[in-house]
Amino acid sequence: MVILILPAKTGKQRHIAIHLDHNLCKRCGICVAFCPQGVFVTGDDGYPVVAATEKCTGCQLCFYRCPDFAVEVEVDK
Amino acid sequence: MATFFWQGNEACAYGAMAAGARFFAGYPISPSSEIAELCSRLLPEREGIYVQMEDEIASLAAVIGASVGGMRAFTATSGPGFSLMQENLGFAVMAEVPCVIIHAQRFGPATGIATAPAQADVMQARWGTHGDYQMLVLSPSSVQECYDLTVAAFNLAERFRSPVILLTDAALAHLRETVTVSDTPPPRHCRPQPEGDSALYRPYAPGPDLIPAMAAFGDCYIQRVTGLVHDEQGYSSSAPAVAAGLVRRLQEKILLYQDELPSPVYTGPEEPEILLVSYGISVRAAQAAAQRAQAWGHRVGCLRLRALWPFPEAVIGDWARRVRAVLVVEMNYGQLRREVELAVAGRCRVSGVNRYDAEVVTSGEILAALTKS
Amino acid sequence: MASYRDYLAWERLPHLWCAGCGHGVILKALTLALAALEVPPDKVVVASGIGCSGRIGDYVTTHRFQGTHGRTLAFATGIHLARPEVKVICVMGDGDAAAIGGNHLIHAARRNVDLTAIVPNNLNYGMTGGQFSPLTPPASISSTSRQGKAEPAFDICHLAVVAGASYVARTTVYHVTEMQKFLQEAILKKGFSLLEVLTPCPTYYGRYNALGEAAQMLEWLNRSVIPLARYRQMSGDEARYWWRGRLVDREAPDFLSRLKGAG
Ligand SMILES: Cc1ncc(C[n+]2csc(CCOP(=O)(O)OP(=O)(O)O)c2C)c(N)n1
Ligand code: SF4
Ligand code: SF4
Ligand code: SF4
Repeated sequence: MVILILPAKTGKQRHIAIHLDHNLCKRCGICVAFCPQGVFVTGDDGYPVVAATEKCTGCQLCFYRCPDFAVEVEVDK
Repeated sequence: MATFFWQGNEACAYGAMAAGARFFAGYPISPSSEIAELCSRLLPEREGIYVQMEDEIASLAAVIGASVGGMRAFTATSGPGFSLMQENLGFAVMAEVPCVIIHAQRFGPATGIATAPAQADVMQARWGTHGDYQMLVLSPSSVQECYDLTVAAFNLAERFRSPVILLTDAALAHLRETVTVSDTPPPRHCRPQPEGDSALYRPYAPGPDLIPAMAAFGDCYIQRVTGLVHDEQGYSSSAPAVAAGLVRRLQEKILLYQDELPSPVYTGPEEPEILLVSYGISVRAAQAAAQRAQAWGHRVGCLRLRALWPFPEAVIGDWARRVRAVLVVEMNYGQLRREVELAVAGRCRVSGVNRYDAEVVTSGEILAALTKS
Repeated sequence: MASYRDYLAWERLPHLWCAGCGHGVILKALTLALAALEVPPDKVVVASGIGCSGRIGDYVTTHRFQGTHGRTLAFATGIHLARPEVKVICVMGDGDAAAIGGNHLIHAARRNVDLTAIVPNNLNYGMTGGQFSPLTPPASISSTSRQGKAEPAFDICHLAVVAGASYVARTTVYHVTEMQKFLQEAILKKGFSLLEVLTPCPTYYGRYNALGEAAQMLEWLNRSVIPLARYRQMSGDEARYWWRGRLVDREAPDFLSRLKGAG
């Protein structure tokens, strides 16, 4: 789980939390492959790792596409 | 009291209405079609539903669905259709869904003779679907009993959360007789309902008499129904202990309470020498033959089976101690005779009077067999 | 506000589906759609068939019914007629819906029974080890067509339209937002609605046909579909693509209304 604060385009601050649950993740690589911002990389153990937190736009695509309910992105406006 | 002059099929349909049936799904087939035809008229008059499905597989499926929706539901069919129903009959056993299947037996195998009677699906009714299970099967021998046992079938289905098969045949289905119907509706047994905190409801946790309380879809109690082996929550499981526990409970919930089924009825002298065992339409010839033999001074009695499955083994076993010979009268090559032999276990002689030429058995044939006994 | 979380039996996870299997994505879309529509869990029945996709009922908090292989719509017809106030959502694999259950599909659509049918089409029989189904594209490799499937496939959506369905659409698990939108439309639709969702089975179809891992299969699916409007303008190339979109959305009396009207 990673919590970051980043300046959004509006200049306002957004709090984004990406939760990754290793108990549910099956290492399919879908989140890594399809994040439009390249937020994830694949770790040595095959699990996704949040590598570029500041790039996350909160688009939720990783959440929708994860078949295993293992990733959630929380966006506070 | 009111009296009617009904054919067997009509008596089944009216019996179902009296028992509170509100849903019928079926596919036309001789000799059971009159039940569907009558239901298509009677059910809409009673806020019920008649649907004609695309085949018998779908018919029993829809019946099961409606039953889990909370309605008393049934279907009617005959040989080829009954064969198609075997898949979902097993499902109803496994998922414990009350429903009634009226099966007017016709001459087979295959399409056979559509309008001719037989009693050759007795074993199919017991063992037709795959797996390890008990089946509840009733067999009326008069039009009155078509009515009475249809009512009983609905109550047993609810009582045991199980499918119940009512076995008639082409002759009984179309036979017309007087039926007496009481003015007060017959007593109704209803499936056990869940109570208390809905969060704690487990759809397959055994209640009293091993029967789980049954929520209907749409209730606040979440219902989970599956034909896979399932735990008490209704979630699928392949754990050997869960499978064994489930199969044991499915067996015992019926076997331990078998005495609640309609028991065999004996007519004849107090100490018979020879016992005729029969069921369904054949009972009539058996009883006539017994009476004729009695008039000639022979001690011949007749035992009429009303529930075929689970087989009334203990009753037959008791009789075997008291008689010299048992004659099983049935319209097949000797299906229930084997079951009688098992129950008799060598205590007396067992033989059969069998007819398998698409005609009903006659008392003359039985008398001829009696003279040889 | 309802959350998708309310519809998911979390204590049952992880689910039994393989890594990258699209069935989980469809489950999520379904829970999201139900939450968006705020249908209470006790007013929903998820009815499924037999197959990998049929296990979906093990993971929801709604009522659940799992019947015999292919018969889901026939069971569901009974459930719906007995409990019309409950939403019955049927989930059936391509084998379940198009092969053994094909006849039930035709007649549920013809009667226009107020049911929602979701067909996760993973292009093969997953549960039994990757044999071809009626919807497997011709020439595909499967465990029963090592030289390539000799039979043609058919378009289950067009079948449903011709049979009489009120709503028919197709999308893929790649197109997650569209999937959720179509699901909501299908659930709300009075009458029979069918949504086919093309979805990867990386374990069998993907492996047999060298389509790569889950992510590559999703890419492949994305490349293999084109919007319905464009598909209709194609001349000659259609066989290489699946269309995606809303094929039909029309008003017609549903089965129960007709029954009551006639009664
Ligand atoms: C009557 C019957 N025949 C065959 C089977 C075996 N069977 C189980 S699942 C299945 C096919 C599954 O494929 P599909 O419906 O496409 O679902 P998927 O597993 O791909 O999600 C088959 C043939 C069965 N359970 N019942
Ligand atoms: S929310 Fe969007 S940008 Fe953020 S990690 Fe997920 S896919 Fe990437
Ligand atoms: S998509 Fe889900 S299951 Fe797949 S690697 Fe990412 S978090 Fe894990
Ligand atoms: S075999 Fe295929 S369909 Fe079944 S769970 Fe695995 S990936 Fe999914």
